Amino acid sequence: MAKLSYERPVIQKLNTGSMNKFGTRTEYAPVSHIEGVAVKEIIAEYGSPVFVISEPQIRKNYQNAVRAFKTRYPKVQFAWSYKTNYLNAVCKVFHQEGAWAEVVSIFEYKKALGNGVPGNKIIFNGPDKSEEDLTIAIENKSLIHIDHFDELYMLIEVVQKLKQKASVAIRVNMDTGVYPMWDRFGFNYENGQAWNAINKIMSHPELELNGLHCHIGTYMLTASAYATAAWKLCDLAVNVKAKWNKPIQYLDLGGGFASANTLKGSYLQGPDIIPSMEDYAEAISSTILNFGFKQNELPTLFLETGRALIDDAGYLLGSVIATKRLSDGRRATIMDFGVNLLFTAFWYNHKISPAQEFSHHTEDMVVYGPLCMNIDCIRESVNLPLLSKGDQVVVHKVGAYNMTQWMQFIQMRPNVVMIDGQNKVHLIRHKESLDTMLQYEHLPQHLEKFEL
Amino acid sequence: MQLNKNIAVSENGFIFNPVSGDSFSTNPIGQEIINLMKEQKDRKEIVKILAEKYATDAAILEKDLADFFQMLLSYQLINGHE
Repeated sequence: MAKLSYERPVIQKLNTGSMNKFGTRTEYAPVSHIEGVAVKEIIAEYGSPVFVISEPQIRKNYQNAVRAFKTRYPKVQFAWSYKTNYLNAVCKVFHQEGAWAEVVSIFEYKKALGNGVPGNKIIFNGPDKSEEDLTIAIENKSLIHIDHFDELYMLIEVVQKLKQKASVAIRVNMDTGVYPMWDRFGFNYENGQAWNAINKIMSHPELELNGLHCHIGTYMLTASAYATAAWKLCDLAVNVKAKWNKPIQYLDLGGGFASANTLKGSYLQGPDIIPSMEDYAEAISSTILNFGFKQNELPTLFLETGRALIDDAGYLLGSVIATKRLSDGRRATIMDFGVNLLFTAFWYNHKISPAQEFSHHTEDMVVYGPLCMNIDCIRESVNLPLLSKGDQVVVHKVGAYNMTQWMQFIQMRPNVVMIDGQNKVHLIRHKESLDTMLQYEHLPQHLEKFEL
Repeated sequence: MQLNKNIAVSENGFIFNPVSGDSFSTNPIGQEIINLMKEQKDRKEIVKILAEKYATDAAILEKDLADFFQMLLSYQLINGHE
């Protein structure tokens, strides 16, 4: 006779009168397939853990975002935020859809050029641009977004040396009514710093002020902050036109639109509280359209949203290494992925689903990663089925920032695969090996031998 | 290791400790283990019975049973003597 399937025994104390009238959400609905491909098969072929990216989901997100803005504003251009996920395959999906590139370092800049993005369709942001970097950007006719006065003065020297014009914008920081105010990047609007920078630029004919840029924060939970930001950029643009008779070609509202992840400490789930793409589009578009630009001087709207376009297209598949009981009776589950791969676990409560069927019995648990470091905790408290060693799980919405901020710490970085529109799986980044690490190390000769 | 006296176990896996007033829920295999304990089976016998019935290794059963007993002990449903 065939044996029955096994589930480990569990006993839980029943509590009444709990504080939360909504109860806790159980997350035991299994996710056995991603884009029609079995999780079990992906892990069998590419190992565990493994990142999975859904190409159809990226395209869907991009098209939805473009639709939300283009139905409200006539001139819209998205630029893919490389730092959010700069795997070439991911970038190329966005470029195929029509996105320009938005980069914040010469490394990202060269990656964009290598991906075939024309220099004049690369937006070069960030506080770290060397003289050499600026020279490359000027020669490629890229859009240089100036972050501080030191950069501005260096840029003036570079253009004078090159005897070439540079297309520039300034990044403007401002009070939009949200905390924290991001004032470490760019020039401040309220104290007149931004206006001073504009005047300095306008007094140098080698610098062509084509745009104004802001990026007011990240994971913004209120769309109205973007209306405030758009209003302040419009105000600067109108003043530039009034004083210098120079119409501003574009306003770049940056990114920061929230994805559907749940922030740590949030009482409600992410999908229940984030503004929709339409909310952001409406706030920004209506502000610019109603500001009073002449029809032929309406600036192009640039957007650099990253997280909201890629987060839900990324999954991390992993396996249970062990389960154990902590001293206070809590269940602990140790996974083969940790904060080394899931940097965003520091600020999100990532949804974790089992990849196989379980009974309806669940238990509260702490989910740890494999690192022998106390910081390696993926979820402090989550209700999941009775996971055992070898069970597979799916972590959701990990497409943004994890594949760029991951650490080679204790463990090496795993394979990354992409599933295309025909449910075909492609390896887009090979897992690292010991050789990958050792190729950058050099050993002084006197340290080669030792005896123990 | 014995189940404390007066511990009530329902058919649905609900457990009531009349001494402390605490209620608990357990899954079917947990209920089965408690019933085997009621029949005075010891740990080895329970592992053997379950290993014959379920598709798993005796080592896993032994580990999970140890954890289950630890929880029964912490909830004061069993005494600590083997």
